[in-house]
Amino acid sequence: MLKYIIRRLFMLIPVLIGVSILTFSLIHLIPGDPARSMLGEKATEAQLESLREELGLNDPYIVQYGRFLGNIVQGDLGESIQSKENIAEQLLYKLPATVELTIFAMILAIIVGVLAGVIAAVKQYSWFDNISMTGALFGVSLPIFWLGLMMIWLFSVVFNILPPSGRLTSGMELTTITNFYLLDSLLTGNWAAFKDAFSHLLMPGLALGTIPMAIIARMTRSSMLEVMRQDYIRTANAKGLRTRFVVFQHALKNAFLPVLTVIGLQFGLLLGGAVLTETIFSWPGIGRYVYLAVLGRDYPVVQSTILIVATIFVLVNLITDILYKYFDPRIRFD
Amino acid sequence: MHTESPILQVENLHTHFITKAGIVKAVDGVDFDIKPGETLGIVGESGSGKSMTAMSIMGLIPSPPGKIVEGEIRFKGENLLTKTKKQMRNIRGKEISMVFQDPMTSLNPVFTIEKQLIETILAHESFSKNQARSRALELLHLVGIPDPKKRLKNYPHEFSGGMRQRVMIAIALACNPSVLIADEPTTALDVTIQAQILELFKKMQNELNMAIIMITHDLGVVAEVCDRVMVMYAGKPVEYTETNHLFDQGKHPYTLGLMNSIPTINKQKKKLEAIDGVPPDLRSLPKGCSFAPRCKHVMEACLHIDPTLTEVNDHHFVRCLLYEETNSEKVVSP
Repeated sequence: MLKYIIRRLFMLIPVLIGVSILTFSLIHLIPGDPARSMLGEKATEAQLESLREELGLNDPYIVQYGRFLGNIVQGDLGESIQSKENIAEQLLYKLPATVELTIFAMILAIIVGVLAGVIAAVKQYSWFDNISMTGALFGVSLPIFWLGLMMIWLFSVVFNILPPSGRLTSGMELTTITNFYLLDSLLTGNWAAFKDAFSHLLMPGLALGTIPMAIIARMTRSSMLEVMRQDYIRTANAKGLRTRFVVFQHALKNAFLPVLTVIGLQFGLLLGGAVLTETIFSWPGIGRYVYLAVLGRDYPVVQSTILIVATIFVLVNLITDILYKYFDPRIRFD
Repeated sequence: MHTESPILQVENLHTHFITKAGIVKAVDGVDFDIKPGETLGIVGESGSGKSMTAMSIMGLIPSPPGKIVEGEIRFKGENLLTKTKKQMRNIRGKEISMVFQDPMTSLNPVFTIEKQLIETILAHESFSKNQARSRALELLHLVGIPDPKKRLKNYPHEFSGGMRQRVMIAIALACNPSVLIADEPTTALDVTIQAQILELFKKMQNELNMAIIMITHDLGVVAEVCDRVMVMYAGKPVEYTETNHLFDQGKHPYTLGLMNSIPTINKQKKKLEAIDGVPPDLRSLPKGCSFAPRCKHVMEACLHIDPTLTEVNDHHFVRCLLYEETNSEKVVSP
């Protein structure tokens, strides 16, 4: 098992080299002069030349790539062209914001999705099954931005019970350690900040979690229906075990594998794709960061963020693969 | 030989499945009883209702669409059909347990053998986990699994078919049941393994004085282990007698057909005799005798009158107009 994890971590290296080549090439694949495309039509030749010099665009590609890679390995992701801020420092703040939101959204999606899927399968064709699966169909079809705006309108404007944007109410004191606000507030015993951060998470978490929740619910239901017909479920019933035990232990553990695959994929997608949610709720995460960088042709930011997201994506896949073994002992890693 | 009173009595059992295409009379008037230490064989083709009889006794008829519409199942004198779900759960796996046909699919692939054994024990006995564990070890030893201590930690896929069936038997025996229902326990196994498993059943029966209901379509198995036998056709018992009577003086044309379709080495037969036709559609049974369309001795009366189970000799019952009192004068020797 440990050997497998180490081997998989080593396999990460070629993947990341591939990603780094792609992100590096990004800047050179755009037609025309990168410096011009960054600075725009009005830039003077002197400005362009100084930017080329600054970015090292005059060196041979291989030298440029070597420098790019060397910097990354040392943790230096360069600075933003627009704001001149250090990108690594920015990510240290923005990445936890996105990860916190994603984890929250996924936990919500998994709990509700799996539970709804299991009940819908056990009580197939019941009112619960019909309502929850219709809901799930809506869930996968609803545009997130519409859902987000509706939630803001309902919970912030009409009822005024949830904050519409940001991670914390301004003026709320919080000593940051990890930049995961829920974690930080717990670590520092700051209950007021925890409640505040939690209420800020609710709406964006729900908006972001809706699609995965719906997909997980549908996947769990169909997988459970398949498993509930198996001979070993009949055996478990014949043993005189409680129905709840049969469903949640015997059936769910077998049915969970395809659900786990979906969870892993969705988790990765959310990490990189929270752009809409973060924009609507003004969430200071990497989704919005990269979105603004693309608009502003801030290539160093785009490059670094993609690299980080790709790394996380690969790591999430690795964790998913390792979890497979827990759910199905027949899976062998060698 | 078995002078005690019956431990299980099934009287006039009717189990129907209500489907859109009509009512399927899977079990249509079954009567039998069984005493401690006795083995009753239930023989019939697929769809003859033998498994559904077993599932009715276990209280595991999927409902809807299945329903026991008539009859009584008395275990130790008490009608199981009036028991609550919880009471039935306490009987299943403890008082009456079951071994299924396919050991490859009847064990849960994602749990160790140990877990599947001790969960049965813990569901019914007030054992500590450690007591349950040592009981599990004892059971594996009892059913003849070599190196049981090590094997407890294994998963089903690490066992051969015969060994898995031994594990299934160990699970069924976990709480020393009074009645063991074996639904085609040897059908999925190699012939040499079949003999071992049947031997194991006999040995366990001698040690525990269990009543065994052996469901099979293999008359060889019947000859090997059963004291009495009930032949079923289209949900009804057609012949019910002691095993040696059946083989010496089997009367029902269907029984005779079954026996003639067994290949033998010593008799120089040109061709195996098959029973022509297929079992009837249980949704629309013929008006008279269900077997009439396939019977070699069919008479005019058979198409109109459904015969009743008639005692032709001591404890030898046959459901056929050929042997009914009122018709017997008309019968010319077949």
